[in-house]
Amino acid sequence: MLEKALTGNRTYWTWIFFLLVVIGAGAACWYWQFRTGLTVTGLSRDVVWGLYIAQFTFLVGVAASAVMVVLPYYLHNYKAFGKMTILGEFLAIAAVIMCMLFIFVDMGRPDRIFNVFLHPTPHSMMFWDTVALGGYLCLNILISRVSLSCERRGEAPPKWIKPIIILSIPWAVSIHTVTAFLYAGLAARPFWMTAILAPRFLASAFAAGPALLILLALIVRKLTTFDPGKEAIQKLAEIVTYAMLLNVFFVAMELFTALYSDIPEHVLHFQFLFMGLDGNNTLAPWMWLSVVLAVVALVILVNPATRRTETTLVVGCMAVFGSLWIDKGLGMVIAGFTPSPLGKVTHYAPTAPELTISLAIYAIGVLIVTGLYKIALEVRGQMKTEP
Amino acid sequence: MYDAGKIIVGLVVFFVLATSPLWFNALTEKGPEAPKLVYPTNGSTECVETKDYMIPNHMDLLNLWRDDVVRKAKRDYVSSSNGKIFDMSLSRTCMDCHSNKAEFCDACHTYMAVTPYCWDCHVEPKGAN
Amino acid sequence: MAGNRRDFLKLAGLTAVGTTAVSSIKAPTAAASTADSHPEASADGVRWAMVIDLRKFSKDDALIERCVEACHREHNVPNWEDDPKNEVKWIWADDFETAFHSQEFHFIREDLKGKPTLLLCNHCDNPPCTRVCPTQATWKRDIDGIVMMDWHRCIGCRYCVVACPYGSRSFNWKDPRPAIDEITADYPTRMRGVVEKCTFCEERLARGLEPACVEACGNEEIVFGDLNDPSSKVRQLLAERMAIRRKAGLGTQPEVYYVIDDPRTLQETAPAAVVDGAEGGDHA
Repeated sequence: MLEKALTGNRTYWTWIFFLLVVIGAGAACWYWQFRTGLTVTGLSRDVVWGLYIAQFTFLVGVAASAVMVVLPYYLHNYKAFGKMTILGEFLAIAAVIMCMLFIFVDMGRPDRIFNVFLHPTPHSMMFWDTVALGGYLCLNILISRVSLSCERRGEAPPKWIKPIIILSIPWAVSIHTVTAFLYAGLAARPFWMTAILAPRFLASAFAAGPALLILLALIVRKLTTFDPGKEAIQKLAEIVTYAMLLNVFFVAMELFTALYSDIPEHVLHFQFLFMGLDGNNTLAPWMWLSVVLAVVALVILVNPATRRTETTLVVGCMAVFGSLWIDKGLGMVIAGFTPSPLGKVTHYAPTAPELTISLAIYAIGVLIVTGLYKIALEVRGQMKTEP
Repeated sequence: MYDAGKIIVGLVVFFVLATSPLWFNALTEKGPEAPKLVYPTNGSTECVETKDYMIPNHMDLLNLWRDDVVRKAKRDYVSSSNGKIFDMSLSRTCMDCHSNKAEFCDACHTYMAVTPYCWDCHVEPKGAN
Repeated sequence: MAGNRRDFLKLAGLTAVGTTAVSSIKAPTAAASTADSHPEASADGVRWAMVIDLRKFSKDDALIERCVEACHREHNVPNWEDDPKNEVKWIWADDFETAFHSQEFHFIREDLKGKPTLLLCNHCDNPPCTRVCPTQATWKRDIDGIVMMDWHRCIGCRYCVVACPYGSRSFNWKDPRPAIDEITADYPTRMRGVVEKCTFCEERLARGLEPACVEACGNEEIVFGDLNDPSSKVRQLLAERMAIRRKAGLGTQPEVYYVIDDPRTLQETAPAAVVDGAEGGDHA
């Protein structure tokens, strides 16, 4: 089936070529980082994780969100998602691969990556995250491959795949829960040490992921004859709305607990995020932008008229995605390190090579999505001529 | 298979080219020249194990020493060849005698095209080059 | 002093043969072990600890510099002074208020205000850093409680740096060798991409020596010994003096203690030799 990604028109190949150029630039930067060390990033002794790990965290959410189409379709037999599930699963595959790459480029000794498997360590959350992500990737590859090849042959999917699909549902929840546990179990970092981190991660994932899926489906519809169906888009929009509301609610819980208790080591992180601390307010403009985007998104999504109008829905979905990307892909990780356990504020901003490497990983993700969606659409195109 | 002929011919050409150094040596009867190692000059005649054991197994022994010292806090090694006790230390015990890293370690490692990272961290004795 | 050294060496000898001592202080989690822990380990073996006697440190003391210098030279710790972003340190001084950051000090005793306080790995009895390591490249040694590092195995994920509540761990952002002023051949350097920290000088303990910083002080400004031995100097100090630990509330059970008594108490009990030897101090 993969050969279907290897044929295409001029636009298709121009797009692929563009992505490859970005990937090439990132690969060159990564090689430089590999030879020189992580000193080429903006990270330092006090801010030891940054853009890479933040993107990893955000993308685990995107990967997990596939469950929002899989669950209604397979568990509740919600037929409108029939055409969307494969897009969700393929998006999950791309997202998990991006996650793994972001972890890989963040490692000080990538040459020793197999130590994680040679010396498996159940008391480390990172070990479980590796297991969860690897398993999730396998599940999604298997499920999408089996169901697509059956679709191509016009057969019903085999019976044995159903339990595996059901398994993928709690598994999706687990990947983001374990990712939250990476952070939430650390006494050293009060900002992350909150029981609501995992629920918040899931809520933001189930808002940002389906928002992205809506946008992707609409792009695909514009470029091809594929039509996800109005009902599917609207149902997804409702899911985004509820998840975004929950996420904002969870953030409010977080803010109340920190600000009302007024415990400095909890308050200071939020102060750094929104007001700046010790003259360092790198993130404040971003965080306020995130707030504004969240408000815009909710106004559009909660109001049925604007949610049902496609143009405003697109704006709403972009606002959801942007707001949550800033919150999780920038603020969450960096604020955990600022102030440090000794109360120090250290400036962190990603460097040019760091940004290029990150962009390249996103380009790899887009390349995978492009290729896989192309395969799915080609298969569907064949189906169309049959009846 | 499409174009089976072309693919098979291609594979054969690739295989011949990839193994050409072996063919070349076999046909010209010019076997590889073994590296000449310089053995300790400090009068020491005994290694922690026999030479026959050390040549193929020194890397495993070093890994064992590494884990014993770092992970098990064990520093004494009892030689199985002569029962003597040695301090498990690359820079102290091994390189005390084999102080000529370039003519001992490197000579063979270069020949075998292996690049152990021991000396990325461990310091070779002064005066060696 | 000589007697003290002899006791110490005896103690180190006992460690080597794995003899057990009477246990009186042991955290509930101390028996938790990693896969590579010493097979003969016993929950009531030696438990190394350090008591830093702040009474004996003054505000501008060359003593601090001596300790840091001794440690960093001995262990080939790179000096990234001109490039602080790459900073690596095993032991360093911060002012008292920063060292005990989670407590608020507004009206403390004058001599403690801004007092440079030595900071290093606490070798916690319940270390959060070893818990998070995905490869067991860092772990707590059962035989004596030292939190160890295996630089051969570390993958450089920096999770331990994130988990340490004391900022005691450093990552090698680039190759450290060019930043080492003079390489000590007896100890390895590190390679780029691994985490490092204080090891309580386990390599010196194995040879019956005290840690480099303790030796550099020379006058019991830092006391090192076995917490499981009721007659040890560390136990004596902890029993007689007011000592605190950093962020004790987190339950990590740090094994570096700080005596914060008034320096005047030094004259009450300490043998004359100690006071005489504390040259350069302004604490009297």
